[in-house]
Amino acid sequence: MAITDPRTSVDVDLTAELVPAAKAPRNASRARLIWLRLKGTPRFWLGATVVAAMILWAVFGLLITRWSPTDQDLINSSTGPTGLHWFGTDEIGQDIYAETVSGLRRSLVIGLIAGPAGTLIAAFVGAFAGYIGGKADAVISWMINLLLVLPAFFILVLLSPIFKSLSFLVLTAFIALFSWMIMAQVIRAQTKSLRDREFVKAARFMGVGTGKIIRRHILPNVASLLIIDATLGVVAAIDSETALSYFGFGVQRPQVSLGVLLADGTPSATTRPWMFLFPALVLVVLLFAVSLVGDALRDAVDPTSGNTND
Amino acid sequence: MTEAPLLEVRDLSVSFPQASGDVRAVRGISYTVNQGEFLGIVGESGSGKSVSSMAVMGLLPRNAVITGEVLLRGESLLRQNDRELSRLRGKEIAMIFQDPLSALTPVYTVGTQIAEGLMLHDKSLSEQAANARAVELLGIVGIPAPERRANGFPHEFSGGMRQRVMIAIAIANDPNLIIADEPTTALDVTIQAQILEVLQKAKDITGAAVVLITHDLGVVAGNADRIAVMYAGRLVETGTVDDVFSRPEMPYTIGLLRSVPNLITAGRTRLVPLEGRPPSLAALPPGCPFEPRCPISVSACTTIEPPLVELSGGHAVACIRAPEIEAGTLRPGDIFPRPEPVAAETALVNDRDSILSIKGLVRHFPLTSGAVFKKQIGTVKAVDGIDLEIQAGQVLGLVGESGCGKSTTILEVLEMTGPQAGTITVDGRDVASLSKAERLGLRKDVQIVFQDPMAALDPRLTIEDVVGEPLTVHQVSRSARRERVGELLDLVGLDSSMSSRYPHEFSGGQRQRIGIARALATNPKLLVLDEPVSALDVSIQAGVMNLLEDLKVQLGLSYLFVAHDLAVVRQIADTVAVMYLGRIVESGDVGDVFAHPKHPYTQALISAVPIPDPEAERSRTRILLEGDLPSPTDEISGCNFHGRCPLFKILDASRQQRCLDEDPQLRVIDTTSVACHHVEQNTLQPL
Repeated sequence: MAITDPRTSVDVDLTAELVPAAKAPRNASRARLIWLRLKGTPRFWLGATVVAAMILWAVFGLLITRWSPTDQDLINSSTGPTGLHWFGTDEIGQDIYAETVSGLRRSLVIGLIAGPAGTLIAAFVGAFAGYIGGKADAVISWMINLLLVLPAFFILVLLSPIFKSLSFLVLTAFIALFSWMIMAQVIRAQTKSLRDREFVKAARFMGVGTGKIIRRHILPNVASLLIIDATLGVVAAIDSETALSYFGFGVQRPQVSLGVLLADGTPSATTRPWMFLFPALVLVVLLFAVSLVGDALRDAVDPTSGNTND
Repeated sequence: MTEAPLLEVRDLSVSFPQASGDVRAVRGISYTVNQGEFLGIVGESGSGKSVSSMAVMGLLPRNAVITGEVLLRGESLLRQNDRELSRLRGKEIAMIFQDPLSALTPVYTVGTQIAEGLMLHDKSLSEQAANARAVELLGIVGIPAPERRANGFPHEFSGGMRQRVMIAIAIANDPNLIIADEPTTALDVTIQAQILEVLQKAKDITGAAVVLITHDLGVVAGNADRIAVMYAGRLVETGTVDDVFSRPEMPYTIGLLRSVPNLITAGRTRLVPLEGRPPSLAALPPGCPFEPRCPISVSACTTIEPPLVELSGGHAVACIRAPEIEAGTLRPGDIFPRPEPVAAETALVNDRDSILSIKGLVRHFPLTSGAVFKKQIGTVKAVDGIDLEIQAGQVLGLVGESGCGKSTTILEVLEMTGPQAGTITVDGRDVASLSKAERLGLRKDVQIVFQDPMAALDPRLTIEDVVGEPLTVHQVSRSARRERVGELLDLVGLDSSMSSRYPHEFSGGQRQRIGIARALATNPKLLVLDEPVSALDVSIQAGVMNLLEDLKVQLGLSYLFVAHDLAVVRQIADTVAVMYLGRIVESGDVGDVFAHPKHPYTQALISAVPIPDPEAERSRTRILLEGDLPSPTDEISGCNFHGRCPLFKILDASRQQRCLDEDPQLRVIDTTSVACHHVEQNTLQPL
């Protein structure tokens, strides 16, 4: 071809010649290299420790208090943190500590399901569209773009009467359904370039089926991206849940989530700050820790992204 | 040689500190370049040849640790600060890079970029004068219609044209030294010949010295005055081109020269493989770095690294046994004996069976514009009616420049769906008439080996899974698969105990062997080899080529061998087909076609291939093709080669008219088929 597409050009790397020689120790597979880099990142350890601690706390936190989220201690209503009520109580005497643990539990469950679920949808839709190409790809891309321009929050608000009456799992599903599009486009683009790679062509010429090629050659090669997305997806899902619940469209009492607690605590944030502060603090610490892990993962997978000098 | 040399490099070392240990890319090299001299630096990838010249230019990344001395007319370059260096770069030293696309800024016109270089170094120059000079320079480097093209952007230029622009920028300020780092590696042979010609012209015009860095011995043989061979960050042999090529004294150089297929001798003698791989520069063992690969190493070689010692008249060698080689007691043929050809053990194939037959194959791609409502604005005639025939046990070489339709042809064969027009018959069965199950069955018989052995192996799979993959399609049990993978690895000369490793742990040559093992897994009858050695280092090529020759004989395989390297095709093929713009322009027995090429395109191709023999190179006259391959979207009337045809230019008007009007068909002349009207009038001498 007389004119080369500039996008396909190969960058000249000054040290490219050296790469084979400078390779990390033998037997270091990619996964191990990522782990080695991850291990040396303080951010990762900080984030992972905090996340693990919060999960343990969400699971066992209610065992160490005598209060359950539904108990009402009317004698001690609206008190600040005391030895009896560690995080204080609200105006009807519910224990904030018990409510926070219970809310954290629900928020975590929603985040841990919706984040990876969105990634899973993204992986399959993106890989399928990118690999098949042609008409199917055009239709899927069109759908993705349509979903992207629809205001997801507004639609979730419109749909809230439906899932108000159902389990919070329906809410989780909806959050997942509105969070996969951007990643699907990334995966689709990656798949398109992988499809032209020779090992994929080789498999096709051997007669390996489409489903198997996607599972065996495409998805493992975008796995690192998916792991990062799933991690950061947890943050996004908890964020959406909190926002929805805060405005009263998400989790409904008697069930509580961090968003519900924040909504309840906001009016009295100045007079009884403990009602607002503790759930807010837990939310911020949780999201920050998960983000740290996701960020460290991204840097470990792709050392050229962002700032690695920590 | 009384005055100070133009460039003097003294004991230059470069290392890159890394967590796993310093990578010592260059380890104490010294050389000089005199005014107007043409020095070729030859080495395989990882030998430090590029890093050393980057160090001279001061273009290494900041973490590089550089010691030694680089003197330009006695003035130290390493001690200059960046501002002073910038003044020298361009004015005194100019550099030409391998990839001309990334070396040009995409958002400025080519003329602006040349003018910018001019005005940077000469502040008194007006913009108008600079632009006029830019146009003049583009004319010098052979860009047609320079006034118009100066306003073009880099992406509107082809690879060869961009490299010409790079040369124009390099010579803009009349430098005294031009460093060209693999300037022709990314280009086709015909374009390579043009660029080397332009480089020589640039050298003559500016009187500059040229340092040409390359891995291709043929390129230096025809152009350089002196050459320096690098291995593992050291110079191992230096001397005049004639000395080094005719009397090499370092075993590495000897091996390298004997492993390169040579267009003149190819096909008659087997290649001599240079086994092993260059050592890791991060953890060099003591002693001579070439010792593990050297067939004449003695115990002293493992302890001392021999220095570069001058033996006679400027010919210096770093080898403790060089005196014996010099004296003639050790002859190159004894150091690297030619391997015996394998006897045809199992030539079970019925000789004249046709394994692949392509008749009138057409593949046109519609060219569309518009995002929503597509409308066809033209047709890309990638393959435009070709016939090919491969008989059992035979090798067909398919050659041509990039963009000529080779890849489309093999994709059509491998897709095994019916072509747009014409027929593809594999082992007697028309692929268009196959059912899905039959097609899957037939896929067993046709397998492919790709060009880039890294890209062709999934980095996430172990070698066992990679090689066994074709078997998974055909329901072979896990244990049978493991056994077969072991057999296959043995067959291609790899240790079967390596099967649990990952592709990146292997060298390029080993990876290509893995690719070949995978292709052989289903006992195919036909292997499609898509440039199987062009991504490999020269010393590795020979081993893979010999393996392919052996396998062909042992297993009775047929190959469809696609390559742009004519010497490699000459070495392995029985018949050859030359492709140009989707057509076959010449085909026939490989010996006949190479000895007496009849189509002007074939002649130009053959004449463009550099021969690693300085004497042969000097006595040749090149048939240079003008310009690039036309875009396949162009509608060309008559013969589609007439725009570049060297014969067309020397024909009289009435004969030229025939070329313009009438599309030549293949016709048999002597023993080969040629698509040219004027074979009888052809007086061009290719070799």
